[in-house]
Amino acid sequence: MLKLPENFETYMDARKAGFIRMQEAKEKGARVVGIFCSFVPYELILAAGACAVPLCATSDEPIAAAEADLPRNLCPLIKASYGFAKTDTCPYFYFSDFIVGETTCDGKKKMFELMNEIKETYVMQLPAGRTGPAFDAWKTEIIAFRKKLEDFYHITITDEDIRRAIKRKNHERQVTLKFLELGKLNPAPISGYELSTRMDALGFNLDIDERCKAVEQRTAEVLADWEANYKGKTSDRPRILVTGCPYGGVRDKIIKTVEELGADVVAFDSCSGTREKVEPVDETMPVMDALAKKYLNINCSVMSPNTSRIQYIGEMIEDYAVDGVIEIILQACHTYNVESHYVKKYVSGQGLPYLMIETDYSQADKGQISTRLSAFLETIG
Amino acid sequence: MRYIGIDIGSTASKTVILDGEQQICFTLPTGWSGKETAEAIREKLAESGGGESRVVATGYGRVSVDYADKIVTEITCHGRGGYHLFNKDCTIIDVGGQDTKVITVAEGSVKDFLMNDKCAAGTGKFLEVMATRLGMTLSEMFALAEKGTPLAISSMCTVFAESEVISHIGAGEKREDIAAGVVDSVAARVANLCVRHGIRGGAVLTGGLCESGYFIGCLSGKLGMRVESHPLGRYAGALGAALIAKNSK
Repeated sequence: MLKLPENFETYMDARKAGFIRMQEAKEKGARVVGIFCSFVPYELILAAGACAVPLCATSDEPIAAAEADLPRNLCPLIKASYGFAKTDTCPYFYFSDFIVGETTCDGKKKMFELMNEIKETYVMQLPAGRTGPAFDAWKTEIIAFRKKLEDFYHITITDEDIRRAIKRKNHERQVTLKFLELGKLNPAPISGYELSTRMDALGFNLDIDERCKAVEQRTAEVLADWEANYKGKTSDRPRILVTGCPYGGVRDKIIKTVEELGADVVAFDSCSGTREKVEPVDETMPVMDALAKKYLNINCSVMSPNTSRIQYIGEMIEDYAVDGVIEIILQACHTYNVESHYVKKYVSGQGLPYLMIETDYSQADKGQISTRLSAFLETIG
Repeated sequence: MRYIGIDIGSTASKTVILDGEQQICFTLPTGWSGKETAEAIREKLAESGGGESRVVATGYGRVSVDYADKIVTEITCHGRGGYHLFNKDCTIIDVGGQDTKVITVAEGSVKDFLMNDKCAAGTGKFLEVMATRLGMTLSEMFALAEKGTPLAISSMCTVFAESEVISHIGAGEKREDIAAGVVDSVAARVANLCVRHGIRGGAVLTGGLCESGYFIGCLSGKLGMRVESHPLGRYAGALGAALIAKNSK
């Protein structure tokens, strides 16, 4: 279903509206921490009375400027992140008190060294494993980040503050998961284009409670519309699972095109999809252990091995009644690119068609991608 | 009822007409405008007899055929046409003017495919550029290559590979050796793509290059298996389109 609501706010609209609100908030003394990735323990920022803002990383525009300092053959998301900072064109970067990065992939961790010359970039040392010494190391990093926030803002963060923040963030995970799980319905009650745009634009609202309300409201609207007008009218449009790298910079080129060609993108195994949301923080464990466990369990390909991602894709294929899988690989993303070997093997083994598209933020391959997507949908029939 | 498949490629436009037992094929060069090419084909179609027809368009310029009843990608059409020509499940290799495709056909339909990246290396375009640089046509280059010993052309990029060819020319290397090197390097890249994709049920070559026995030999050597071809291989895409026209209601 490609129909967009009349009051639909594009990613750029949301970015602009958020900017004005951010300026007002900053004038009133708001604490703002800039983040790029879902590995940052959001609850600690919340417990520090600060808000975490996702920084701009999905446009082709600042890449040329970034390439003055970074190699061309680097992931477009990393180049864009740095380019926005360097050209001072991301208002959220501008308003951030400091930036938090983490040692996810090689490109990012080295780029953060350069970014630190523009604005303080605090880097958390993320290990690639999940248990034993890796767990202990990551827990130590989480404790250090808490200390960093306390020192930076001259505050004390109590365990109770963190416990409250965990509850609030878990609530947000739960409501956004419900929104994303609308894709389980047949016919798909909402376009994947709208779903994904809203997920990405949400971060521009600094208030977590407002974000939850907005998501709940849209979920209720969509569900009511579906119950009244679509329930029982099963659609034969192919149902697509999108997996792989963050899709924000290629949303129009891939997600919109697939839907215009007659399929529905119903499921997102990606950073701003369900990947980070399926596992809440354990509210019964000691807080630091609970946070360490939750974040290490994110199924990102920087983890090695990362078999839990393949298992999760299997569950999604079943839960969302998926007809085909499209994997998005951003150029020079080695970890997802290598891991696509296992994704393809698994998906093909399930008898489902699989298509991998390696691309960047440019429009140069728009025509070719459109041909590949059409041919892929023709194989689904 | 005539069933017509039109494959507007980036270099050549192929048409297949299925009229009862009769099968008519013709090729026109694709000019700078896909629309004009589509018009020229329409005129030829009118000359070859009128009557009711159903048209399926495919290829890079498929949207230019505004009189088509249906548009289908070249991947599906090559799969369908290739299956018809070779009459078995196989892996179809199509070296096109703009891109190279490796298509797995199982149970008569496309199961999986791989296309080269947005780059001319390993495509017909690469051969065209190099033939021009050597001052000859494509068929002259193939004929000459047969007499040569391949020189190494190792660059992955057409622009850089062209400068490698220029250095070979500058170093006074024999033209036949350079020509053999050019063909060899395309065969190597196409073979790479095939190995990455995997070959099931035997390899077959469609598209314009399947008329060059020399290229087929090179590719077979690189893949370590016999690559089959068919006299109508160049029409596989258009034939597939015509067959889709015939089978659609």
